[in-house]
This record gives sequence, structure tokens and C-alpha cells, in this order.
Amino acid sequence: MFKLILRRVLVAIPTLILVSVMVFMLQKILPGDPVLTLAGEERDPAVLDYLRDKYRLNDPLPVQYLAWLQQVATGDLGKSLRTDVPVLQLIGQKLPVTLQLAAMAMFFALIVGIPMGIIAAVKKGRPVEYVANVAALSGMSVPNFWLGIILIMVVSVQLRWLPASGYVSPFDDFWLSMKTMLMPALVLSTALAAYLMRHTRSAMLEALAADYVRTARAKGVPPRLVVLRHALRNALMPIVTLVTLLFGELLAGAVLTEQVFTIPGFGKLVVDAVFNRDYAVVQGVVLCVAVGFILMNLLADILYILINPRLRYA
Amino acid sequence: MTAPFAAAAAAPGAPPRRRSRAWGKFKHNRIAMIGAGIVLFFVVVALLAPLVATHDPFQTSFSTIRKPPSAQFWLGTDELGRDVFSRMVYGARASLMAGLVSVLIAMAVGVPFGLLAGYFGGWTDSAISRVTEALLAIPFLILAIALAAFLGPSLVNAMVAIGVSAAPKFVRLTRGQVLAVRSEDYVQSARALGAADSRIILRHILPNVMPPLIVQATITIATAIIAEASLSFLGLGLQPPNPSWGSMLNTAKNFMTQAPWMSVFPGSAIFLAVLGFNLLGDGLRDALDPRQEK
Repeated sequence: MFKLILRRVLVAIPTLILVSVMVFMLQKILPGDPVLTLAGEERDPAVLDYLRDKYRLNDPLPVQYLAWLQQVATGDLGKSLRTDVPVLQLIGQKLPVTLQLAAMAMFFALIVGIPMGIIAAVKKGRPVEYVANVAALSGMSVPNFWLGIILIMVVSVQLRWLPASGYVSPFDDFWLSMKTMLMPALVLSTALAAYLMRHTRSAMLEALAADYVRTARAKGVPPRLVVLRHALRNALMPIVTLVTLLFGELLAGAVLTEQVFTIPGFGKLVVDAVFNRDYAVVQGVVLCVAVGFILMNLLADILYILINPRLRYA
Repeated sequence: MTAPFAAAAAAPGAPPRRRSRAWGKFKHNRIAMIGAGIVLFFVVVALLAPLVATHDPFQTSFSTIRKPPSAQFWLGTDELGRDVFSRMVYGARASLMAGLVSVLIAMAVGVPFGLLAGYFGGWTDSAISRVTEALLAIPFLILAIALAAFLGPSLVNAMVAIGVSAAPKFVRLTRGQVLAVRSEDYVQSARALGAADSRIILRHILPNVMPPLIVQATITIATAIIAEASLSFLGLGLQPPNPSWGSMLNTAKNFMTQAPWMSVFPGSAIFLAVLGFNLLGDGLRDALDPRQEK
């Protein structure tokens, strides 16, 4: 088992290196000379040379990359070109907001998606399955930013039930925080719930057709227990991995959701950085997300090895 | 880059019997037919946009600013007095083109690498697989946003960004499919007869791995349409005054209270079009992919 885990960790290393190369290369596809942008109105050749030297732009690409990597490894992601705030600090400020949004969305997706998937599999061929399938397909097809706009129009503007935008920290006012985050989290969870429902359904269908389920039925285990204890426990195994992996999708979806509900999170940070041409921030965010995702991936695989008895004793 | 597709189109991959059986299953799949109908509807609207539109989509007018839906303006007018219906009709062109072109880019990049990785294995496979994993580590939309930001906002760049971001999925899928058919008898016999690698890949392997790729392509069109709408919604896609569903929503969100029709209709169009491609993809999977049979 430890061999398996060690092997999995080793495989992650080249991936991490490649991701860092890609993120580094992002700044190189920028059109135009970055020095000219940095210097602004100043076009004195001496200043330009100084800047080129300062940012090592005269060095060969691999040397530039290694120098950059050294910086990044010490936690220095550069500074925002606009506000001069270190990128890492910016990310540290915004990430908790998005993590709250993502965690709430994941919660909704789980409590809707998995039961719906189980019901659809158990009631195969009945109207319930049909309704669940149509709901899942709709959830996958609806653009979440539009759903957000419509919900704001109905729930906030017409009914005045929930605030339309903004962010309150749960440490300042827990209930207000939940109230403000409720709609964005629901919007963000739709695609996820749909995805989870479809995967749970097909995993359950497979498990329900397995021999051990037939054996359980034959020896007279009550149907409810067959579904919950025998089929579900096996079907949930791949879903555990899926849930960890879907956090990446959540972060991406959060970009749009935060834009619609004007939530000052990670996604808003990226979009604002894109429009301010603050490439250091964009680069830092992409790097953080990618590294986080690779680590999540690693965690998912290790978790899978740990919870799967067939691998645990391998 | 286009050679493999030409070959796939020209070389009948499956015997006609299998194809007609697939068509028969597809025809009787009601959900798939609804999907095909929706897709066809949007394609026709996009192609015949000048005939379908009731107004000039660019014609602004001070006297008709933010008018609710009426007999003259079926779906109302926007903040510059332009007809929302006509802009949506022309917007269908941007959305469908973005969906289609992005997926073609993704396939043009992804399928050849997947074929190489799956067919040759060894070092080639390791190298391609590592790069694919690295690309998959960056969430699709974040990669597309970063690329669109660095390339500059335009419809073409958005399509490139979406296409490149979607390519790794095709590499992975193609590679897996090739691994599955590589040791089949017909590939082995072709090799025994002395066929060149390129011929084996293009004539024997590619046609046989096509069905799942077609299914994936259909579903990816749905994803790409949402992605293009998302980028346009953020202002990174098609630039004004050109209409696209996403950019219409971008301005509409500023007039949620005064002119709700500006948001409701373009969003419904995105939803319907994406639903159409998703339904079609599901139906195609049932018809083309025997392993998914229930």
C-alpha cells in the first residue's frame, strides 16, 4: 500500500514541474514588450536596459524560468502591478471567501445530487427516474451566471427575501453570512448536483446489478438495507474521488458566480486582474489553483487507496 | 491537422449494417430526437439570420430605449434601443460558431496526440500524458480566462482559448480508445501485412475510435457554448457592438430591475441550445457506444 502511495506521489512531481513551466510561459505569450509597458512614458534606453536587467529579460528562457521558480518556491509570487500588494497576500485575503462559497455549494450539491442519483437508479424506468434525468440535464445546461441573474430578479428584487449581492464574514454575523451566501451557493451547486446525480445513478445501477446484491436479496435482506448498505457503499467509492476533483470545477464556476453577486472572492480577483492587465496576479492565481488541484488529485487517489480494501492490502 | 478528419470522413469505419443499426436506435430515442430538433432549429436560425431577424441588430434609436416586448419588438429592446430578438438571432451565429470551432480546434490538437500516445506507447505516451495531466490540472474555465486575457479579448481568441483548454480531454479519450483497439486482430493483421504505422493509424484505428469521439465532441460543443457565453459575459469574448448571447447578458445585468426581458431571453437561448447539444450527445452515446448499453 505504501508503495502504491509513494508511486502516486512521485508521478505528481513531473506534473507539478510542467504546470509551473506552462504558467511561466503564459507571460511570454503576451503581445508587446513588457519593459515598454513597465516603463510607461519613460523611453530612455538606459531605463529600459535597467528594467531588462532587473527582470532578467536578457537571460535565456531556461535561466529566467529557474530564477522565477526559485522565487515562487519561497512563496514570492510577485506583486500586483496595480496596487503593489504581494500576490500571495491578495490570494490569502480572497481565498477564504471563495472557500466558504465553494463549501456551501458542495454541501447543497451533495444533499441533492446523491439522493437523486440513488432514487433514479432504484426507480429505474419509472417516471421518477425520468424527472430526475431531465432535472440533471437541465442543471448541466443552464449557464450559472444567468440563473444568478434570474434569481436576483425574482428572490431579491421582487420578493425581497434575500440580499442580491455583497459578502459578510461568518465570524462577524453568522446568519447574515449564510443568508447572503445562500443564493450564490445554490447557483454554483446546480451543475455540480447534476453531475453528481448522473454519476451516482450509473454507479448505483452497476452496483445493483452485481452478484453480491443478488445474494443479499436472496438471503432475505430487506430491500432498503440492500440499497443502502450493500449497493451504496460500493457505489460511493468512486464518488469520493469525484467530489475532491470537483473542487476545481467549483473554483472555476465561482469566477462567474462571484461576478454576478459581486462577492469579493478569488474569482472577482482574477476577473479584475484580467481587466487591469495585472498579469502577475492572473499568473499567481492560475499557479495556485493548478497546484491546489494537483494536490487535491493526489489526496483523492491516496484516499481511494485507503478506503478501498482491495488496494489497502495490495 | 485536418488530414485525420478527412480520412475519417472518407473511410467508412464501420460496416453499413452497424451504422444503420446505430441510426435505428438513434431514431427511436425520443430524447435524442428532441435534442437533434433543438440543434437543427438553432442551426437554421443562425444560417438564415438575415431572413429571420425582424430588425437591423445594430440599429440604435433613442426613441425605443428599453421598451418591453410588443408587437413591434417581440422580445423588447435594449439600452440603446436595439431589437433584442434580432440581436439574439444574430447572436446564435456567434454562439454556434464558437461551439463548433472550439471543438474543432480541441480535436485538431487533441486527437493526433491521443493517437500517437496510444499507438506508440513508451516514451511518447509518457511525455504526452504528463503534459495532458498538467493541462487538466488547471480548471477549464480558469485556463480559458487566463488565455483569453493574455491573448486579448476577441471571439477568435476566445475560441482558441476554449479549444486549447478542451484539447486535453480529447487526448485522454483518444489515447484510451486506441489502447483498447491496438491489439485487435484487424490491427495485428494490418501490421503483419506490412502496413506503415501512419496507414494503420489513419485507416484502421482512427475510424474505429471515432464513435466515442463524436459523442464527446457533441457534449463538448455544449460546454464550449457555455464557456463562450461565460467569456463574453465577462467581456472577454465577442466585442460590442457585435451581438452574442453572453455579451447581451453582460449589459443586461445592469438593467435587471428596469428591463428584465434583456436578461430573460438571451439566457433562455443559451440554456436551450446547450440542452439541445447535451440531449443529442446522450442520444448519440446510447446509439453509438455499445459498451454503454443498458
